Amino acid sequence: MSKVTLAKALNAGLRTAMEQDDKVVLMGEDVGRLGGVFRITDGLQKDFGERRVMDSPLAESGIVGTAIGMAMRGYRPVVEIQFDGFVYPAYDQIVTQLAKMSYRSQGKVRLPVVIRIPFGGGIGAVEHHSESPEAQFAHTPGLKVVACSNPVDGYWMIQQAIACDDPVIFLEPKRQYHGDKAELDLDATPDPLFTSTVVRRGDDVTLVAYGPMVRTALAVAEAAVADGRSVEVVDLRSLSPLDLGPVVESARRTGRVVVAHEAHVNLGMGAEVAARVTEECFFSLEAPVLRVGGFDTPYPAARNEHHFLPDLDRVVDTVDRAFTF
Amino acid sequence: MTILTGAPTAHESAGCEPDYVQLLTPEGQRVEHDDYHFDGDDDLVRTFYRDMVLARRVDTEATALQRHGELGIWAQLLGQEAAQIGAGHGSRPQDFIFPTYREHGVALVRGLDPGRLLGLFRGVDHGGWDPAEHNFGLYTIVIGAQTLHATGYAMGLSADGLVGSGDVTRDACTIAHFGDGASSQGDVMESFVFAATYDAPVVFFCQNNQWAISAPIERQSRTPLHWRAPAFGFPGVRVDGNDVLATYAVTRAATDRARAGEGPTLIEAYTYRMGAHTTTDDPTRYRSGADVDAWRRKDPIARVLAYLRSRDAVDDAFVAALEAEADDLGADLRHRCRTMPDPSPLAMFDHVYAEASPEVEAQREGYAAYLAQFELTGAEGDR
Repeated sequence: MSKVTLAKALNAGLRTAMEQDDKVVLMGEDVGRLGGVFRITDGLQKDFGERRVMDSPLAESGIVGTAIGMAMRGYRPVVEIQFDGFVYPAYDQIVTQLAKMSYRSQGKVRLPVVIRIPFGGGIGAVEHHSESPEAQFAHTPGLKVVACSNPVDGYWMIQQAIACDDPVIFLEPKRQYHGDKAELDLDATPDPLFTSTVVRRGDDVTLVAYGPMVRTALAVAEAAVADGRSVEVVDLRSLSPLDLGPVVESARRTGRVVVAHEAHVNLGMGAEVAARVTEECFFSLEAPVLRVGGFDTPYPAARNEHHFLPDLDRVVDTVDRAFTF
Repeated sequence: MTILTGAPTAHESAGCEPDYVQLLTPEGQRVEHDDYHFDGDDDLVRTFYRDMVLARRVDTEATALQRHGELGIWAQLLGQEAAQIGAGHGSRPQDFIFPTYREHGVALVRGLDPGRLLGLFRGVDHGGWDPAEHNFGLYTIVIGAQTLHATGYAMGLSADGLVGSGDVTRDACTIAHFGDGASSQGDVMESFVFAATYDAPVVFFCQNNQWAISAPIERQSRTPLHWRAPAFGFPGVRVDGNDVLATYAVTRAATDRARAGEGPTLIEAYTYRMGAHTTTDDPTRYRSGADVDAWRRKDPIARVLAYLRSRDAVDDAFVAALEAEADDLGADLRHRCRTMPDPSPLAMFDHVYAEASPEVEAQREGYAAYLAQFELTGAEGDR
């Protein structure tokens, strides 16, 4: 396959999953004839029909709640929430029903539902269209939460999420949908879904990121070369369960860890990484684990989001701070 | 059809007879209805009577068990036996029931061991029965959430081609139970929207028992609840919820309609919760004894017994045998409740996920090791 964008890769991944299992159905607002507002489901209703690609009424709780019923009937629904800030009307169904049915039924009911959420900012959108709600879901037992950061992962991870027997919150960095392209090797063996991975080797500091921040982290590593610093970048990929193995291994070598994400810093994923890395390798650390992310404000108006989002300079600044201890 | 223009000048309240489908009067006399007919025989009515008596006994025993501290809480069904037994028998085995947390009578009809209902209220599990075993889902405590699950499952039945073939042993539908309080929830409205637009084979069975804990129906709606259905594009019907013949006939008609591919129906079973919402509240703080007395005269069990006696379809021996059966059921429930073991502490780590999470597994191992220290200490102490 030629080089593809994240949007095309996700579309191809959904198509492959639908071809391989006729129980896979897509549900959501505008996913059919329009192909989704980001065109991720483009052409799928045309090829698989309205039974398998269902344009839903405009009701997020209804979409997730009916997907739960479909899953109880033996289907594998893949639900699209149009934008991150619109997931909250469905929050009750996700946390009180979807997350708990396996537990409530002592394993007799499985809900292999994937909830796709275009997340994060940087597209200049209006309110509620640029949020990072991952910590809210990662804090909920019973849900698995993953975030892809590039087309290759997007292609494989969406198929793996659909094949998983647990509910998976699948976060897609919307500002990269139509960004960097990558070559897809359809014969490759992908990493297991719930693992993190080192995406750039380095020796002096470990920079941890996921989703849209991985691209920024790689740019930081590139820029740091000029400062004579070797930055190792870890893409978490899975936020729940959190695979900290590569982070801990890296931290023991570098002695310095910085976590970068777009979400609010307070009580976010970075706090969890910091606490657990500290617990695991306290005596290897040269500096406290530092966090850089969105401020603890509501997502600001679009003209201010470049200040809110941690950009290359703010992440570099935090990396620099890690060397001041 | 009721004229739907304009709101009623006043909401019906207890004591003012609403317009509903009734086939058996509170005095136990059969009446006919233009649209709904009871076509069962006396054997079926005797079955209804038996099931209502047993459901009431389950409720009475569980309430007593809560008073003795054996259950943390109990959601009482007293007064709603006809709605539940009629609805339960109005479905077919292949239909899938989505209950709230008060459907003890429906569970009984479905063949679920009543003892299984107690675990949730005793606090040893969250239900845990296999929904596939009796096509009876787990109790759902978040109000109205299950109406969407019922709709989605019904959409799945349609997608599976299990609707509209005309084969009554094959075609299937779902029944979503909920109460008047839940009728205010957005999820119930959304389930109406989805069910209507996808023509899903689902029957919405609302037991309007007049009270959402202490909030009366006037706090939920200015119009009769079944009026909502036509606004969503499907029929709504109000039935005398204390009349088991009527609840059966109306449910049977609605499920037949759903299975035939004609879409959803909303049934409002107009009844009254004679007990508390749960054993934690005190209804004397929020409602009058006169209301309760008025409804007591409409008791669903007494009227069926009067009817059966008027036809010589039961005798004292039948009634006494049933009473003995209820006594045995009660004794068995008491015994099983008291001997229900607490779960193993490590059981709380089970089934969080279908595919085990390393984080949960690590916590399980850690807690097992922590507990083992005390066992070791205990063993040493014995020496």
